Amino acid sequence: MTNSPARIAIASGKGGTGKTTLATNLAAYIAEQEEVVLVDLDVEEPNSGLFFKGDLIHEESNFKMIPQWDEPKCTFCGLCQKVCNFHAVLQLGPTILVFPELCHSCYACSELCPTDALPMISKRTGKLSDFRINNLHFVESRLDVGEEQAVPTISKTKQYSNENYAHLRIEIYDCPPGTSCPVIEATKNADFVILITEPTPFGLHDLTLAIETMRTLKKPMGVVVNRYGIGNDAVIDYCQKENITILAKIPNSRRIAELYSSGKLIYQEIPEVKELLSNILDYCLKASKGDIE
Amino acid sequence: MKIAFTAKGTVWDSMMDPRFGRTMFIVLYDDESRTLTSFDNGVVENEAHGAGTATAQKIFELSPDVLITGNGPGSHAVQALKQMNMRIFAEAHDMTIKQAFEKYKKGELKEI
Ligand code: SF4
Ligand code: SF4
Repeated sequence: MTNSPARIAIASGKGGTGKTTLATNLAAYIAEQEEVVLVDLDVEEPNSGLFFKGDLIHEESNFKMIPQWDEPKCTFCGLCQKVCNFHAVLQLGPTILVFPELCHSCYACSELCPTDALPMISKRTGKLSDFRINNLHFVESRLDVGEEQAVPTISKTKQYSNENYAHLRIEIYDCPPGTSCPVIEATKNADFVILITEPTPFGLHDLTLAIETMRTLKKPMGVVVNRYGIGNDAVIDYCQKENITILAKIPNSRRIAELYSSGKLIYQEIPEVKELLSNILDYCLKASKGDIE
Repeated sequence: MKIAFTAKGTVWDSMMDPRFGRTMFIVLYDDESRTLTSFDNGVVENEAHGAGTATAQKIFELSPDVLITGNGPGSHAVQALKQMNMRIFAEAHDMTIKQAFEKYKKGELKEI
């Protein structure tokens, strides 16, 4: 079979809503039956790995291209500084200063420099690691300190997973929080997006933004309400009004919080959660095949 | 000596702008000619990226001896500004340019 995996992205309007908990539990649950890959795309703060102790099977550096000033060749024409949309290269008197963290590797300065004084060189931005725990493959990338651009690393990490795990049936993406470029990059080739939220006014606010973003991307999606029981019903009402499926309501419980904080997988201890995961998975798989409108 | 301020307006009584990269104006005081000149930094408002370094480039071109600002420039901008022999003072927020200047003269601002 050459079918590509069903890609399920787990995202949320903001951090701390249980996104990683859901991603890790869902992946581990699937791994009880079949091989699966969990890709942590929250490259600024990857933390899915806290839940697994696996064997490191592969590690590589991530790179990006940046210009490097070749002083003797420079005529100080100032062109590089003018063409950089990201203000990543400045002309400060007799010095050209490149800010690698701000550079978007667009090559403009390098190609337009009349004297080839800004050749592009590669620079390490972080590292990618691939772990294995029985049936579960776990891939994460981590940005080096000071690196600010998540998008190229997210794209590279997905590519790694696609190249190595295309034979699997399911791929899970743990996405960065928010609604900006990183989450768009992380979800743009997903077949289904799970948005997780808490049933509070803040939760609703962030969820609304996340739903708008996913609608622009035309992604099939569903909502998981975490810590159901706190707050109010506004999130549920909103989803009904907007015709968005609520995939599960994970109850607010002290036991779950305890398991989470001790780094344990929740569904293994609480059958009710296992049941919820099974429902979520069924729905996601059907929806990513286009069986559900 | 020339002193640059990040400000929300162009006169002595204008409030300081606490932001460095996205400051609305850069106001320059020349204590020899005793004149105040200002530069509109509004274009930076539309920049998604690199507001700090863009403003640093402008300040470099104005080449003041002293910069007085609010929250303080970010690390990239500081790196750029340190290329020149400029002294940078921060924490001049919630006050007018004039008050910031007075505080600077009394040595009450934090030097970066
Ligand atoms: S474009 Fe090239 S020659 Fe011109 S200032 Fe930049 S590095 Fe120097
Ligand atoms: S490669 Fe593009 S983003 Fe990087 S410094 Fe040059 S012009 Fe700026």
